[in-house]
Amino acid sequence: MTLAPITGLVHSVESCGTVDGPGIRFVVFLSGCSLRCRYCHNPDTSYCRRGTTRSAADLLEEISRYATFVKNAGGGVTISGGDPLFQPDFARALLRGCKEMGLHTCLDTSGHLGCNADDAMLADTDLVLLDIKAWEPDTYRGLTSQPLQPTLDFAARLAAMGKPIWLRYVLVPGVNDAPEAIAPLADYAASLGNVERVDVLPLHHMGRFKWAELGLEYTLADTEPPTTEQTAAAKEIFRARGLMTY
Amino acid sequence: MTTVADNTATSACAQPEWQGFTPGAWTDEINVRDFIQKNYAPYEGEGDFLAGATTRTTELWNEVLVLMKKEIEAGGLLDADTEVVSTIVSHAPGYIDQEKEQIVGLQTDAPLKRALMPFGGLRMAQKALESYGKQMCPHTAEFFGRIRKTHNEGVFDAYTSDIRAARSAGIITGLPDAYGRGRIIGDYRRVALYGTDKLIAARRKDLKDREAGEMTEATIRLREEMNEQIRALDELAAMGKSYGCDLSRPAANSREAVQWTYLGYLAAVKEQNGAAMSLGRVSTFLDIYFERDLAAGTITESEIQELMDHFVMKLRMVRFIRTPEYNSLFSGDPTWVTESIGGMGEDGRTLVTRSSFRMLQTLYNLGPAPEPNLTVLWSTALPEGFKKFCAKVSIETSSVQYENDDLMRPYWGDDYGIACCVSAMRIGKQMQFFGARANLAKCLLYALNGGVDEIKGKQVTPAAPRYEGEYLEYDKVMELFNNMQDWLAKTYVDALNIIHYMHDKYCYERIEMALHDPEILRTMACGIAGLSVAADSLSAIKYAKVKAIRNEEGLIVDFETEGEFPCYGNNDPRVDDIACDLVTNFMNKIRKLHTYRDSLPTQSVLTITSNVVYGKKTGNTPDGRRAGEPFAPGANPMHGRDKNGSVASMLSVAKLNYDDSQDGISYTFSIVPGALGKEEDERRTKLVSLLDAYFAATGHHINVNVLERETLLDAMEHPELYPQLTIRVSGYAVNFIKLTPEQQREVISRTFHTR
Repeated sequence: MTLAPITGLVHSVESCGTVDGPGIRFVVFLSGCSLRCRYCHNPDTSYCRRGTTRSAADLLEEISRYATFVKNAGGGVTISGGDPLFQPDFARALLRGCKEMGLHTCLDTSGHLGCNADDAMLADTDLVLLDIKAWEPDTYRGLTSQPLQPTLDFAARLAAMGKPIWLRYVLVPGVNDAPEAIAPLADYAASLGNVERVDVLPLHHMGRFKWAELGLEYTLADTEPPTTEQTAAAKEIFRARGLMTY
Repeated sequence: MTTVADNTATSACAQPEWQGFTPGAWTDEINVRDFIQKNYAPYEGEGDFLAGATTRTTELWNEVLVLMKKEIEAGGLLDADTEVVSTIVSHAPGYIDQEKEQIVGLQTDAPLKRALMPFGGLRMAQKALESYGKQMCPHTAEFFGRIRKTHNEGVFDAYTSDIRAARSAGIITGLPDAYGRGRIIGDYRRVALYGTDKLIAARRKDLKDREAGEMTEATIRLREEMNEQIRALDELAAMGKSYGCDLSRPAANSREAVQWTYLGYLAAVKEQNGAAMSLGRVSTFLDIYFERDLAAGTITESEIQELMDHFVMKLRMVRFIRTPEYNSLFSGDPTWVTESIGGMGEDGRTLVTRSSFRMLQTLYNLGPAPEPNLTVLWSTALPEGFKKFCAKVSIETSSVQYENDDLMRPYWGDDYGIACCVSAMRIGKQMQFFGARANLAKCLLYALNGGVDEIKGKQVTPAAPRYEGEYLEYDKVMELFNNMQDWLAKTYVDALNIIHYMHDKYCYERIEMALHDPEILRTMACGIAGLSVAADSLSAIKYAKVKAIRNEEGLIVDFETEGEFPCYGNNDPRVDDIACDLVTNFMNKIRKLHTYRDSLPTQSVLTITSNVVYGKKTGNTPDGRRAGEPFAPGANPMHGRDKNGSVASMLSVAKLNYDDSQDGISYTFSIVPGALGKEEDERRTKLVSLLDAYFAATGHHINVNVLERETLLDAMEHPELYPQLTIRVSGYAVNFIKLTPEQQREVISRTFHTR
């Protein structure tokens, strides 16, 4: 008897990822997400599960063609989405395969499904890119329609393991940009001890056309992206706590 | 090795200009590399020592900018000589503003006034003048029309009917049969290091050494050429004298070293309007003089940078007058004053010096510009400080190209330079016979149609079997294509042999060859265009179903393709292997043919901007490209077909085998700034990583453009706002606003990597 091959729904791949971890990275975008973020720039992977069904073996063969390049470019492979923990078996197989090739691995997740990441999967993950959308539980729920606590539980678990985190914070004016909304998150991040870097990402509307294509309403249409000064001010709050912030 | 004649051999200390230099083989023979190796100071630091433009530099450059603006307003030409045939000594000295110029010398007696150069072809020179509303002086025209034969006439006396047909159908295009072939780099550093007296004495000795053997044709030709070279060196000294420079002796200080080197180069561009008149590899050589004078306290950093800026200013002013047809092939008035910067030495020390930085710094002090064609010889072992500085310059100016030093050094040593765009050659020891390119995509259509041109409907090749049947079968197509390539390779190399025989005879590069060793390696530099179109077409035939559509005469003029097929540029071995095989197979065909003057056959995958014209001359192709649509430039994937991101695209290109394309493989890469990272420092780091990994994957060349598509669209609308907007196209950089609208649209349609 042979086991059925592990397959997953893949939205797309990108061979030149420059903003999803260190160096140049091969990025796999998996379909599906448990959150419903109002500013999601890939609603076609999260709200609708669009993509191609591929076997882990096939995708790993493709990744192998980039292995030397991304190694020489100080990078590796990032499993992103959607949320890769929406398809944990597939993500686990990909991470395992990458480690077998000696590649540096990143898991790009909201942490909401952190309980899907078992210890074996995290052992094959070198770095977690963790999106925390807001510190206030109500704000978090308002932005994502889900509770914050699972993400904090996951962060605590990573801290206990000493697994490095790059924290990401999408700055949405009028929603989560007040200094008093950011400061406790920054305190928390600094207390974890495993947050190596923070990226403050100003809200953008580049995914907006996808919402229209899907016939969905984009509720942040009237929210202006933060100014350079607003973004700089938010970064400063993290920096003040000794966190390397970009 | 050329030795300095006994009576002038001098030890380093005895020659006053060489005070302070470490002697070596270079003191007793013409050997610039040895001088560099014995004397240069590698620099591993960063660019924080650099000086900005002096007031004098800014004022002088502003005067040049006014002239350049006038030139554009006048339709692209400020003035041209219609009477005096250009030679090294044909014109009285010319100046921009003599008081301010630290480095002097112009091609004619006035800035941006173009010289008359009819030796390549009289009609070309006449047509070029006429296209700007000028007439050649009747006496000069008569002299060249009736008395002095030109290169062009010689070529057409020998051309075969096949060559003429192939040329007029456009399956072979851009041949240097009516203009100067270029792509020869004189070792201009020799003028500074030795002075003309020593160079002449050495050449006289070389001549003497060649009296014993039999007078074969080769020896007779060489002896005649060497005497011409000596005459050219005499003229160079005379030209120097007219500018108050005693070139007969070595340069004695920093300013003279730059000035002597420049006058050597100037002599070349006064004598030849070669398609590419490259400079070589001078920065690190000049650095030795700068370091010596800095140590002696006789010069400051600001004064050194001023010399560099004024030198580069002059290089930016080199002009040739061309016909509209030429301009449509090689757009934007390029001269390819290529300067090769950096690289590693064979002993493991970097060849990066402070002057490698200073050369790049001119892009800030004078603003971005396409010339000189600044080319960084990249090695993964280059000092990190230099790598990051290069990345910064690329991101801010899009004016730099990179070539793989780790790949080329084993072939060409550590004192090679790039001629034109991607052609490596040992400086002063090697030249090439430039061969433009043959159109592989069109050749595939000829294979299907038995050599009948798909646009003109005329039989171009000797009659050949046509493809029978409705659907294209890969094996049958490949057999016909293979046979057609045999015809193409032969016709093409025949043409090149004729061209270079005649160029040597009627349009010989006296001063450039005077600055070479007497015995050199010559390469026969063939080239191919349409690689990605041919590869994708064959992929469609192999992996999808392609139906041939015939016209009333039974000629296949279109294709219907059902199903998916992999496209080159996605790191997919199914089609990348086809592209690699195309390169290797065509090279093997060239290798079997006789090449003029025992030249070593090589090949490039490079189109410069001629990809637009090639596309125009090629009918519908099985990959879905419509008739007349531009090809991708060089070895690039077709526009928009590289869908897996830039690394996939780079890896496809990097697979092409340099051993079968030793004249270079050009790849142009455009990325929007945000896709390199969020912040400046991060963007630099990421670009360095990309370059390191691309070259480690044996990529040969890359043009890096970091800009937004919107910037280019805006520049098309408002050219006056973008006088210095520079972009890399294919092996060179251009002033974007000087491209034709058609070429501007082609550049904008290229893949911009956006994440």
